Amino acid sequence: MTIGIVSYGAYVPRYRIKVEEIARVWGDNAEALKSGLMVYEKSVPDLDEDAATIAVEAARYAMARSGVDPERIGAVYTGSESHPYAVKPTSTIVAQAIGATPNMTAADFEFACKAGTAAVQACMGLVSSGMIDLGIAIGADVSQGAPGDALEYTAAAGGVACLIGRNESEIAAIIEDTYSFTTDTPDFWRREGMPYPEHGGRFTGEPGYFKHVTNGAKGLLEKLGTKPDDYDYAVFHQPNGKFPTKAAKTLGFTKSQIAPGLVVPKIGNTYSGSCLMGIAATLDQAKPGDRIFATAFGSGAGSDAFSITVTDRIEEIRNRAPTVSELIKDPIYIDYARYAKHKGKIRRS
Amino acid sequence: MSSVPRFWRSIGSRYNLEGTRCKECGEYFYPPRNFCVNCRRIGHIEPYKFKGTGEIISYTIIHTAAEGFEDQTPYTLAIIQLDEGPRLTSQVVGDPENIHIGMRVRSVFRKLGEDGERGMIYYGTKFVPAES
Repeated sequence: MTIGIVSYGAYVPRYRIKVEEIARVWGDNAEALKSGLMVYEKSVPDLDEDAATIAVEAARYAMARSGVDPERIGAVYTGSESHPYAVKPTSTIVAQAIGATPNMTAADFEFACKAGTAAVQACMGLVSSGMIDLGIAIGADVSQGAPGDALEYTAAAGGVACLIGRNESEIAAIIEDTYSFTTDTPDFWRREGMPYPEHGGRFTGEPGYFKHVTNGAKGLLEKLGTKPDDYDYAVFHQPNGKFPTKAAKTLGFTKSQIAPGLVVPKIGNTYSGSCLMGIAATLDQAKPGDRIFATAFGSGAGSDAFSITVTDRIEEIRNRAPTVSELIKDPIYIDYARYAKHKGKIRRS
Repeated sequence: MSSVPRFWRSIGSRYNLEGTRCKECGEYFYPPRNFCVNCRRIGHIEPYKFKGTGEIISYTIIHTAAEGFEDQTPYTLAIIQLDEGPRLTSQVVGDPENIHIGMRVRSVFRKLGEDGERGMIYYGTKFVPAES
C-alpha cells in the first residue's frame, strides 16, 4: 500500500530579531555566533500568536493546498513543546478551526523537536491500517530560550502541517518508509511549570543530535538499501545551520542536497516545525520523481528518518498556498525590548 | 470575557466565520441569524461559511485599551465589510500607520484574549492587510 503526503502547509510569524541585536544586549560577539551557529536571525511570534494559532494557520494552508473535504480527516495530532495549555489539547482547537470535527480522534504529541514527525508516523500507521482515511500531523512551536542563554539565538516560532493519506491519485509525495532510533538521553528538558528549558550545553551535540541523527539515517538507508546519492534532496533537523551541515557531510550527503531545505539561517529553529519546515521548503521546489531523505531529531532523545518520492501531483497543488520562501520574504525586524515583550520576558506590573 | 460557556457557544462563528444565508433573498448574516429579517416567515436560512476576505469600511486606533489588551496598544479596531456583505468589528493585526479605509483584508487565526494566567484562552478571527 502506498502512503504519503497528500498536502502540506507552513506558517512562520512575520517578526524577526537579528543575532546582532541579541548579542548587543548580552555583550556577546555576534560575528562569532553567526559563523558558529550559521543562524543570522530568528522568527518571533506576535503578541497574539502561540503554538495553537501557528498550528491552525499551517493546517489551514495544508487544507487549502489539498482541496479535500476536512470531514474525511480521521485524526488530528499536534506536536509541540509549547502547547498553550498544560492540560487541554491544542489538537481540538486545530480540528475545529479546519472543520474536521467531530467524527475523528485527536491528541497532542510532545518529543522536543521531533513531536511533529512522531505525529506523521502515527498518522501513517492509522492510514495504512485502514482505521482512518486521512490524518493531519502538525509540528508547531513558540520555543523558549532563557534570557542570556545560548538557546536565545535560535529558539524561534513556526509550524508545518502534513496531511497523510493512502489514495494514490491524491498523494503529492510518497513516504516509502520511516525508521526511528531512540534512547533515553537527557540532553535537553523543561520541568513542569518552568518557563525555560535546560540543556546539557555541548552534551547536546555528539551524544544527542549526532548519535541519533546518524543512526536513524543510517538505519533507514540500510533498511531500504539506498545510498545518499540516490536522493536529490536531504533534510536534517536544524537546531542551527552547523549541525545539519555536519550531519549531512558525515553521512555522505552534499551541501547542494541540503540547501533548499536549510531554512534555519533566516528563521531560526522552529523546534517541532524544524525538520518539517525543511521538508516543506524542499517540496516547494522539488520536481515529480525527485527523492527526498529527511531525518528529524528530538532531544531526550530520538530521530525519525523518512524516505520520500515526489509525484506528479505536486505541480497541481504547490501554488494553492504560500511557499516557505513566500512566507518568510517580508519580515518585520524588532529590537530586543519588543522581542522580550512578545515572548513575555518582560511584563507590565 | 469571563463566561466559558458563552464563548464555547460561539466557537464556530469565531473560529471559522460561520454565519447564515437566506436561500429566498440571498442575504448573508454574520453573526448567524436563524430568521431572515427580509423574508420573515417565508425565508429559508442555511449555514454559510464566509470566505474571510473583505474591506475596511472604517477604523479607530486604540491607545487606551481595556483590561487585558494594554500590551497591544496602539492597535487597530475596524469595521470590516466581508465580500458577501455583512459587516463586523475586528482587530486588524499590524502597524496602525499602514491601515486605510478601503484596504483589502483577509482573516487569520489569533488569540482574542485570555482570562489571566489561570483561565481559558480565547481564540478566533482577526484580520490582516491583504495588500502588500
